[in-house]
Amino acid sequence: MYDSGKIITGLLVFVAIVSFPFVYSRGTNIVKPEPKIDTPVIQQMAVKQCVQPRAFMRAEHMQLLNDWRDSVVRDGNRVYVGFGGKQYNMSLQNTCMHCHSNKKEFCDSCHNFMSVKPYCWDCHIAPKENKS
Amino acid sequence: MKTLFPLFAVITLIVLVVAGVQYANMQFLFGVIIPYLAVATFVAGLIYRVMKWASSPVPFRIPTTCGQELSLPWIKQDKLESPSGTLGVIGRMALEVLLFRSLFRNIKLDMREGPRIAYGSDKWLWLSGLAFHWSFLIILIRHFRLFAIQLPYPIHVIESLDSFLQIGVPMLYITDVVILAAVTYLFIRRITNPLVRYISLPADYFPLFLILAVAGSGVLMRYFTKVDVVGVKQLTMGLISFRPVVPQGIGIIFYIHLFLISVLFAYFPFSKLVHMAGVFLSPTRNMANNNRMVRHVNPWDYPVHVHTYEEYENDFREKMKSVGIPVEKE
Ligand code: HEC
Ligand code: HEC
Ligand code: HEC
Repeated sequence: MYDSGKIITGLLVFVAIVSFPFVYSRGTNIVKPEPKIDTPVIQQMAVKQCVQPRAFMRAEHMQLLNDWRDSVVRDGNRVYVGFGGKQYNMSLQNTCMHCHSNKKEFCDSCHNFMSVKPYCWDCHIAPKENKS
Repeated sequence: MKTLFPLFAVITLIVLVVAGVQYANMQFLFGVIIPYLAVATFVAGLIYRVMKWASSPVPFRIPTTCGQELSLPWIKQDKLESPSGTLGVIGRMALEVLLFRSLFRNIKLDMREGPRIAYGSDKWLWLSGLAFHWSFLIILIRHFRLFAIQLPYPIHVIESLDSFLQIGVPMLYITDVVILAAVTYLFIRRITNPLVRYISLPADYFPLFLILAVAGSGVLMRYFTKVDVVGVKQLTMGLISFRPVVPQGIGIIFYIHLFLISVLFAYFPFSKLVHMAGVFLSPTRNMANNNRMVRHVNPWDYPVHVHTYEEYENDFREKMKSVGIPVEKE
């Protein structure tokens, strides 16, 4: 091998870059997020049902929120017909967070796991929670 | 044919994974085994290729330069285009790797009325190449989000810069648009420019289609046909911590995305894509232009048995004398 010093240095850098994620996350305790739905409002519900079926909400709630926002802010339309024909007021704070008043244990439990930080709470007010 | 074959190859790959996951329930194969194999192939293959290059000698000093070399003190040297030392070479390589300096020089030959030949600057290749590679890098770095719970701060910065237009939710990443546009342009350029089309091989189209499909499936998954991203992250975290899990109910599009990127990784070291490593080992770029200052000995040189004139004369002296050829030693 020619220039072995440089070649080996280069290859070591390459291997270090590739293995960085493995080293960085080694031994991480992977706990599947369990969003809690035991809020007072939800507990009073006869049928525990979100605005749409659970699988849809898991995958599409961000899209749904975006559609709500566009609908309210652009068209002034605040009525959303959800699953089973039930009507909702399209509002992040007054509808979603009314039921899911435990933002930290619900929304954030997933979002921390996903390392996403929705910027919505820069402006919208998160529900007051007793536990910090 | 040169275009259709790679296109069908990519389509076959997609059909394969859809059949495997949707109908044969081989989530573990496509979600765990193939990605591991792909990364292993990528690393081992790349090291193998580099070692192989490193074991070929460079017989001559062959830097290609385009500037004034180091000369008399009152002649200004072009330190980056014709470097005479290591520092200059590093600068030149950095320009090449990070900014594609030599592509920037790309020119277009035009036959004008007359007939007259004109050379014009042609920056589109440089621009789209640069846009494509940088987007790819940023996208790759951004994916680290799926492989760590506590993200390092710089990655947050990259992510928020990339989404700073704050269009929609999930927020539109600028690089997603750029990469699709750039790859599409590179593809269109390949098929519409007759000269480039003539020299294009299936090995040029296949990576283009593959990357287009990888980026396309990713964009589709993020903005259009949503998947259960929590499940995806469970899978990716399992992979990275060597405790693989395969959550149920992740959409098929995720497996398509994962399989295509696995194929890209595995294919990488054995294709033209390996120019990622090769660019660092191009003798025409990574050598200092000190040809006139330092004596370079061909590493191939080995002691050759030389038959000198003296020995020759010794062999044939009598015969030479007999026919009257002058000899040096009587
Ligand atoms: C009427 C009360 C109510 C409202 C309003 C409501 N939710 Fe829900 N949500 C629920 C209940 C109850 C569940 C659990 C459903 C289940 O398990 O099937 C749930 C489930 C979810 C889930 C899935 C959690 C999981 O464990 O997979 C998400 C995500 C979610 N909601 C987000 C939202 C968002 C975003 C909004 C506003 C657009 C919203 N919800 C509005 C009651 C509500
Ligand atoms: C089942 C887990 C889960 C729950 C519960 C949940 N989210 Fe999410 N949320 C996600 C995932 C996954 C993403 C997308 C991450 C990605 O795109 O990689 C996301 C993304 C978002 C985004 C878009 C953020 C961005 O920057 O792209 C918003 C806004 C959001 N969630 C709002 C909420 C709100 C409000 C709640 C509580 C009512 C909530 N979510 C509850 C999993 C969840
Ligand atoms: C720059 C501040 C700001 C940010 C950031 C922001 N919003 Fe809003 N949002 C507003 C304002 C102002 C309104 C209008 C309120 C109204 O007219 O009732 C609004 C309205 C909405 C509405 C409909 C009305 C209501 O009561 O909720 C939804 C839904 C909504 N935003 C969702 C989101 C989501 C989801 C995010 C994060 C992805 C977000 N917003 C980020 C300022 C903001």
